[in-house]
Amino acid sequence: MSGRVLVGVKRVIDYAVKIRVKPDHSGVVTDGVKHSMNPFCEIAVEEAVKLKEKKLMKEVVVVSCGPQQSQETIRTALAMGADRGIHVEVSGKDYETLGPLQVSKILAALAKKEDAQLIILGKQAIDDDCNQTGQMTAALLDWPQGTFASEVSLEKDGIKVVREIDGGLETIKISTPAVLTADLRLNTPRYATLPNIMKAKKKKIANVKPADLGVDLTSRLEVLRVDEPPQRQAGMKVETVDDLVSKLKDAGKV
Amino acid sequence: MANPLRGEVVRLYKNLLYLGREYPKGGDYFRDRLRTAFSKNKSVQDQEQIKALIARGEFVGRELEALYFLRKYRAMKKRYYEEWCYPVGWRAKKKRTEVLL
Repeated sequence: MSGRVLVGVKRVIDYAVKIRVKPDHSGVVTDGVKHSMNPFCEIAVEEAVKLKEKKLMKEVVVVSCGPQQSQETIRTALAMGADRGIHVEVSGKDYETLGPLQVSKILAALAKKEDAQLIILGKQAIDDDCNQTGQMTAALLDWPQGTFASEVSLEKDGIKVVREIDGGLETIKISTPAVLTADLRLNTPRYATLPNIMKAKKKKIANVKPADLGVDLTSRLEVLRVDEPPQRQAGMKVETVDDLVSKLKDAGKV
Repeated sequence: MANPLRGEVVRLYKNLLYLGREYPKGGDYFRDRLRTAFSKNKSVQDQEQIKALIARGEFVGRELEALYFLRKYRAMKKRYYEEWCYPVGWRAKKKRTEVLL
């Protein structure tokens, strides 16, 4: 099967950064904070590149929606082995309200425009934890979906996906074209080393506006307030087992 | 040092410098250790020895990539999957990369 893979990547606050809430509780501090590609998106890019290396897919196209800085994320994906990138320019107020619904509409429009056979996304973003974009994209395109994929194999009559679910693992077979969302155990993403980044500078990144794709970005959601989680209470040290039992009895736990 | 392997050594140095930016103890700490390690072997002329040192440098690079991947993987596992804790001996992995430099 020869075709085009569309991979969506998101630029999020780096996973190792300590998040701080803005003083007015309207959101999270993002200015001057280190950003990088969403870890699940890295796994998605790696899977797409692996499919191309196995000659099962012809071309890997990376898409990201966001402001100018999203281009850095696309460059990282190009350094990992993608062929070309598409930057959907969304900035300012539109970017603040950009959610899974709008992104999935953009991805659906791009999939039709680029004639993609497969869309691979990360299962969720570590900043909003929505876990909705993949599912919504599949619904908008009326394509089957293999979500939480921990193993993907392309066969003659479809795609075999092993999904990670609460009860264990579920194996399904879906027809192409399809949408897959990557889970943590799908693969080990490669590091974008300096020589690869240099080579990726020659690859093209196309610039597209949502209006060109005929997508309406108005959000139906409004963020009312953002708060930090409650502080963890300090623990108490006890000397003996009897001490522990009496403390537990005092707290009403025993 | 008009050695034919000079280009490779410089390329290795730049690669390691780029990789070391995210080192847990700080990019500056890594850069200082890297410069010390490279300048220690400044006067080596023998081709075979240089090739062996380059191979060691590439090994350090791969160890760093593994370190970054494991750190990220474990952070994700801890956050999104229940009943998971660090396996025994994970701190030893971090120490090993330092000793190699």
